[in-house]
Amino acid sequence: MNRPATPPAIPAALTVPMLRTLGLVAALSGFLVVLAHHLSLPLIEENKRIAIERALFKVIPGAVTRRDYLLTATGIQPFGETVTDQGMHLYAGYDTEDRLAGVALETAAQGYQDVIRILYSFDPACECIRGIQVLKMAETPGIGDKIAKDPGFLQNFAALDARLDTMGDGLAHAIVSVRNGSKTEPWQIDAISGATISSKAVARMLNDSAQQAAPVIMRHLHVLQTPAGTAP
Amino acid sequence: MSLPEKHEPVTADTFLRGLWQENPVFVMLLGMCPVLAVTNSAINALAMGLATTFVLLCSSSLVSLLRKQIPKQVRIATYIIIIATFVTMVDYAIQAISLDLYNALGAFIQLIVVNCIILGRAEAYASKQRLGATLVNGLGMGAGFTIALLCLGAVREILGAGSLFGVQLFSDNFQPWVVMILPPGGFFVLGAWLLVFAWYRQRREQRLAEQAEVTADGR
Repeated sequence: MNRPATPPAIPAALTVPMLRTLGLVAALSGFLVVLAHHLSLPLIEENKRIAIERALFKVIPGAVTRRDYLLTATGIQPFGETVTDQGMHLYAGYDTEDRLAGVALETAAQGYQDVIRILYSFDPACECIRGIQVLKMAETPGIGDKIAKDPGFLQNFAALDARLDTMGDGLAHAIVSVRNGSKTEPWQIDAISGATISSKAVARMLNDSAQQAAPVIMRHLHVLQTPAGTAP
Repeated sequence: MSLPEKHEPVTADTFLRGLWQENPVFVMLLGMCPVLAVTNSAINALAMGLATTFVLLCSSSLVSLLRKQIPKQVRIATYIIIIATFVTMVDYAIQAISLDLYNALGAFIQLIVVNCIILGRAEAYASKQRLGATLVNGLGMGAGFTIALLCLGAVREILGAGSLFGVQLFSDNFQPWVVMILPPGGFFVLGAWLLVFAWYRQRREQRLAEQAEVTADGR
């Protein structure tokens, strides 16, 4: 029977310097990290706001201001009133006369390399998707990353049909991607040839998100249309 | 507890070594992970090089200052805490500067923690040398790393996207070599640069040998 090998003993005289050094370095490290976090936090928040607004005003044609809402299965409420992990962050964009120009939502799905995150706009007037903006992706340069730039692909989202079914519980037609050049219906997405997985991921995330969000948006449209500053 | 220290005087060579004779990328072939992964554009390469240089300088300085206090049994743990601290600070700083850049560099900012150039400098140099020499040597190594990354990033961006630092260089007729910004392009370009370095070094050694022969004959 083999007895487990005992590790070489550390001289007792060394324990204190070891503890002192590690303790000192850890304390210094904690201080520096917290300091860096505090100093950079306002700048990072501001960068995030600028990035989201840049994407938002690009996907909602005509929007110049925004208000944030929380969309849950039961309704829509101004963002930040209740603290909850449930629901989706919904951005409503308004034109110069404070009329609702459209709403935008974030959605995500697994792409070819990593998760793709996009912001898409939904126009309640036509019940259609009006534009997408890729927020984060790691798709293959020159192939999968065409989902962000390819004019032919982006043309799919000029007015992608997202009408509700007669019951108003979901989309009348699921958003699907079809082989390049075979789009016949307004709810189909013409895939990029050679980048089927990335195109399918975009269709899947739009379908998943719109199936959930579009019925709630249409049912509670009055909340979004109420002018700023007045109680709903 | 530790070997007696042999302090190195600060000379021009302390700095230049990192740029040329001991260039971390082209000579020592260290830190290959960021070298291949983030050099798909010149701006990414520059940002990665500067971030690594900052972490290298700060962590080496601290290690050098604390070198007499760190018992050798816990030295690696201590170095890693110190390096991770500065990497976290750089991570916040890049987010504060530009989110686009932060997204482009991805996980490779956090991975500076395990970059062997930095840990190697801490173990092989900073733990034995005075602050001044450490700073100069770290600056040289950081500059060498940044220049190497820029060499790769510039070539890959010019060939793979037809631009440099985002500025379009060619007309629309230029067909970009997409493979250059994909992972295989990283290996191709690194291989080409290593070839250039090896060829230059060989020629230099040959010339020195010839000179030595001439002087020997002339005697």
